[in-house]
Amino acid sequence: MQVDLGSLGFDEGGHLLIKRALRSVSVGEEIGVTGSTSELESHLRAWCRSEGHAFRSLPGGAKHYHAAVTRGSAESARWVGSQRAGRPGISQLDAVAEHAPRTWGLAARGARVEAGSPEFGFTIVDKIEVWSADAARIYAQAASAQWDPQTAVPWNAEFHLPEEVEDAVVQVMTYLIENETAALIIPSRFIAQLHPHFREVMQVLAIQAADEARHIEVFTRRALLKRQELGLSTGGGQASLKTLVDEPDFAIASFLLSVLGEGTFLSLLRFIEHCAPDPVTGAVTRLAAQDEARHVAFGLAHLREHIHSDPAVCSRLANGVRRRHDLLRHTAGLNSEVFDALLLIAAGSWEHSRLREGHERVIELTRDMDEGRQERLRRLGFNEREAVELSSLHTRNFM
Amino acid sequence: MGNNTTLLLGAVAYDPKVVTIWDGFQRYFARHDLAFDYILYSNYERQVESHFAGHIHIAWNSPLAWLQSERIAGDLGRRAEAICMRDTDRDLTSVIFVRSSARIRNIDDLKGKRVAVGANDSPQATLIPLSCFANLGLNPGKDFEVLSFDKLVGKHGDHIGGEREAARALLRGEADAACCVDGNHLLFTQEGTLTAGSTSVIAHTSAYDHCNFTTLDGAPPEQVHRFRELLLGMSYSDSEVRPLLDLEGLKQWQPGRTEGYAALDAALHRFGTVDDFVKSVVAHCK
Repeated sequence: MQVDLGSLGFDEGGHLLIKRALRSVSVGEEIGVTGSTSELESHLRAWCRSEGHAFRSLPGGAKHYHAAVTRGSAESARWVGSQRAGRPGISQLDAVAEHAPRTWGLAARGARVEAGSPEFGFTIVDKIEVWSADAARIYAQAASAQWDPQTAVPWNAEFHLPEEVEDAVVQVMTYLIENETAALIIPSRFIAQLHPHFREVMQVLAIQAADEARHIEVFTRRALLKRQELGLSTGGGQASLKTLVDEPDFAIASFLLSVLGEGTFLSLLRFIEHCAPDPVTGAVTRLAAQDEARHVAFGLAHLREHIHSDPAVCSRLANGVRRRHDLLRHTAGLNSEVFDALLLIAAGSWEHSRLREGHERVIELTRDMDEGRQERLRRLGFNEREAVELSSLHTRNFM
Repeated sequence: MGNNTTLLLGAVAYDPKVVTIWDGFQRYFARHDLAFDYILYSNYERQVESHFAGHIHIAWNSPLAWLQSERIAGDLGRRAEAICMRDTDRDLTSVIFVRSSARIRNIDDLKGKRVAVGANDSPQATLIPLSCFANLGLNPGKDFEVLSFDKLVGKHGDHIGGEREAARALLRGEADAACCVDGNHLLFTQEGTLTAGSTSVIAHTSAYDHCNFTTLDGAPPEQVHRFRELLLGMSYSDSEVRPLLDLEGLKQWQPGRTEGYAALDAALHRFGTVDDFVKSVVAHCK
């Protein structure tokens, strides 16, 4: 095998030709190299030394330098004991490992990983904890359904609400922002703990966090559309959200946030959209509800698979709800300002008949939320009695 | 010194990674039942003095420190031995290079010009190339001006800074030629300090060797033997040791050899670089 670099410098890409030639011969076999640049001998000698190839200069002409390079064993030795980190496509056999070794680190799924690579501190490393066969589909759907807050909402629509109704909208938006902030932080925290081998799950959680970032943006913009200041944040509301943020177990956090919390929020957002006193409020809640439905779908999908593989996890999830209920027993739950604001938005005016009607709609909303939670609990495999009990123990703060 | 003696190695801390390297080797040796520890020195002269004072059993020596040790040992009637070295310590060359745009084609064209070199005590970037000039009839400081970049003297050129500064001085037009080891010329082109084609190599030295593990007579033979045996047995295919080999810049440890120090030895004879130091250590040891 002979490589003629001609006037191509070793540092101008010539080394690629030499590497290619060396890969075509066996360890211990020799290739010839010729070239005419002044640095070739020095560069080739230095490179061979550092790469573990043997080098010797050969007698050459005045214009052309000649050398022989014998392939060393270092390049192949580096990959002794290496491992394929699964397979890239989830339809391939053994694509996703049941237990992802921490030494696979950040390697792309399917890459060959050098033995002795550093161990990363990921804590969620078992497929059963996080995986869903639907993750790739949900991610793809989320990626294609991303909307632009600037153009998707009719920010310039003309409307004028009674002062108190506008105040009620601002209060509800303030409450939604707080809740969506919790919904952004929780998946973000788990992304950092999740082994990247479970790529599709990581992507779903990332896009979920990005969804919440947009929700926070549009709710803030709606609140400030006619006002300079936001509404109230209560200790009880934050105490409820803090139990979610503090939950260290992925399955329980996902259950409380996505299945129960965001599931309940779906009803709330659709309610606000339905009662929306202005087109901007209607648009921001409609768009947010579309995204939240996906978050709920992923939570249900991976928990269903988890429960299928390990039915015992059901009691862990149920206990998570009970523990949270006990922690929040002495807090106020949903702040009265939010409840009142929802009622006023539903009523749309101070007339007695409209207020009565608004109150009935809010009560209907809480019934709808409860039924939705029970339905999702049954879909996960909880029986009727458990579904009723767990739904009733869900936080009064909705999320 | 009995079987329980902890083998003590001296190394020069030319870079913070030296601690990582020797901590790693210490763990490796411990796993293979060799009690081993190391002492870091800020410069090679202090390490050589310490070696002859009996503070360490093995010195990880630069080629200059090896020749200092060999001379001191000779004057004291003792014996210095190079027991092991990296594969990358063998057959280095230094290059003398100029701007491609300059009308300088060979060493003779540098008469009356300025040549940038590394630290005064750098074998590869100063002593061996300047000796090469002298061999070709051009005396440094007389037939051409020497521009030294004394980065971290005492480290014997282990720190790359002096060579990089010499290359930059050439590009700035402050020097007409520069000297460095072949691997650094390649590195400078890869990292962009020298753009491809901006310089031309007009000469290179003959091949020479670099560092080695040096022992003196009286070192605990069993531990030294085990140390050498463990090094020579390290395989690049072993994921446990590969990171250490990568950090230390080698693929395989090789037995020590001393014929590769002839060019530096000749340079030291010519310039008298280490004579005073050798005399002072010998006097102190007598």
